[in-house]
Amino acid sequence: MATSATPPDALIHARGLTKRFASLTAVDAIDFDVERGEAFGFLGPNGAGKTSTMRMIGCVSRASGGSLRVLGMDPVEDGPQIRARLGVVPQSDTLDTELLVDENLFTYARYFGIARNEARRRAAQLLDFVQLKDRAHDRVEFLSGGMKRRLTIARALVNEPELLLLDEPTTGLDPQARHLVWDRLYRLKQQGVTIVLTTHYMDEAEQLCDRLVVMDKAKIVAFGSPRSLIHRYSSREVLELRFPIDATPALDKLNGLAERIEVLPDRVLLYTNDGEAAAVAVHSRGLRPEAILVRRSTLEDVFLRLTGRSLIE
Amino acid sequence: MTGALRVLEHNLVVYRRTWKGSVFMSFVSPILFMAAMGFGLGGLISRGPVRTVDGLSYLAFLAPGLLVATAMQSGYVETTFPIMARIQWERTYEGMLATPLRVLDVLAGEFGWLALRLGLGSVAFFLVMLVFGTVHSGLGILAIFVSVLTGLAFAAPILAWTATRRTTNSFALIGRFLITPLFLLGGVFFPIHQLPQLIQGIAWLTPLAHGVSLARSLSAGALQSSAFIHLAVLLFYASAGIVAARITLHRRLDM
Repeated sequence: MATSATPPDALIHARGLTKRFASLTAVDAIDFDVERGEAFGFLGPNGAGKTSTMRMIGCVSRASGGSLRVLGMDPVEDGPQIRARLGVVPQSDTLDTELLVDENLFTYARYFGIARNEARRRAAQLLDFVQLKDRAHDRVEFLSGGMKRRLTIARALVNEPELLLLDEPTTGLDPQARHLVWDRLYRLKQQGVTIVLTTHYMDEAEQLCDRLVVMDKAKIVAFGSPRSLIHRYSSREVLELRFPIDATPALDKLNGLAERIEVLPDRVLLYTNDGEAAAVAVHSRGLRPEAILVRRSTLEDVFLRLTGRSLIE
Repeated sequence: MTGALRVLEHNLVVYRRTWKGSVFMSFVSPILFMAAMGFGLGGLISRGPVRTVDGLSYLAFLAPGLLVATAMQSGYVETTFPIMARIQWERTYEGMLATPLRVLDVLAGEFGWLALRLGLGSVAFFLVMLVFGTVHSGLGILAIFVSVLTGLAFAAPILAWTATRRTTNSFALIGRFLITPLFLLGGVFFPIHQLPQLIQGIAWLTPLAHGVSLARSLSAGALQSSAFIHLAVLLFYASAGIVAARITLHRRLDM
């Protein structure tokens, strides 16, 4: 994203955006633009700088360097005006456990200066939207994790935002709850809401994002659409071969079978455009893996290639 | 300003659920204290050789002191664990600051709410004092404001401190080494001039002794020129605490 010209309707425009804490550079001079109506993703392992970036966009954390414009305004000067038009789903729910479910939406609407009657109307409508209508008068602490997340999303919509920021919207949710959240986000996008989200779920990024950047160690290491990233950093298909422990064949036996070969302790991955053909070739060389799987290449392959396989804590 | 009102409104919605117990307690505690210390201890004193304390019956001496000391304790209790919860455990403030609200709105709303709560508690206490017949002057009603101001003179600096903490370890220490000693030695139960010079000096450095002294002279109708010094000290602690809280909370929430 080296272009320095500002696209005319960029909702977010960042150049050299940097966030430093005492001894740590959390975000190191990143450039990106988010355009109206798109769903834009920040992918990256824990500690890559995604949340720090989101907090700067949300005008609750001041940039240490570089320039940032949100909705055409300056987060330092115009924080309250920008935040009035944002919806924020933070990483932790920050719900008010002292209040009931509908009271959470009501008081939040009041922070935006929405009139009491209108606040009540929107609270009811949003509880319907996230399927929490019958829990309206329950205490927040008795909700499941998925319900709390949905309530947080409903809360972020109470001011009818143009730009919705979601920091790991589905982390920790069961598959049903995740799919419900995805469905709701998809509907919002259809209604023209611009969505910026962070995730480390690759299927989430593939499902939701038109464009995304991969962050690692405070920098952007790749950007593009999910398809273009797969095309650039992986192959069309992946052939997975599973061998008995300690019986993995020497790499030279597999030479030339794929564009790229990765040997893991329990598996060998062959990145190729034709998985079936590679499987046949493996057999013809006399190799007998315990299991063979041909699958489509995913963002996860891209992600692991770019950010490495070692565990990041 | 409207932002602060919205934070205040939030606290009001929360309070709607707990107000009955809280109002009940704000009557029970002064009645118990006045009965035990006033009638019990005061009865002994009135039959002894001195009979009065600084020219007042023991109950009339004690009541304004207890009024102000109760506000001090509320100020301490409300600005340690509950504020920590809103900063760090529940992250209520993070939620608030994702809206047009600013740190200043949050602080103004919290202190405004605290003043209201301290006011309600002080009014309840004052009504008990009236029933016990310990208010000797119309000026006594101003003791309610002195009580609120003293509560804020503790609440504001303590909130500023809380905003710098990641753990709650120091909260008990504040109680043990500041609030409890002041409650016992700050002029509530006996005149400060009975203490050794050094301890007197320390007591006069804190807001409590000034608040107690001022409330007592108002309730007795014996206002002296030192009232202005007392008032100035209280205002100093409250306003310095608010300025400090603005800095530390701002820094903590990284705005």
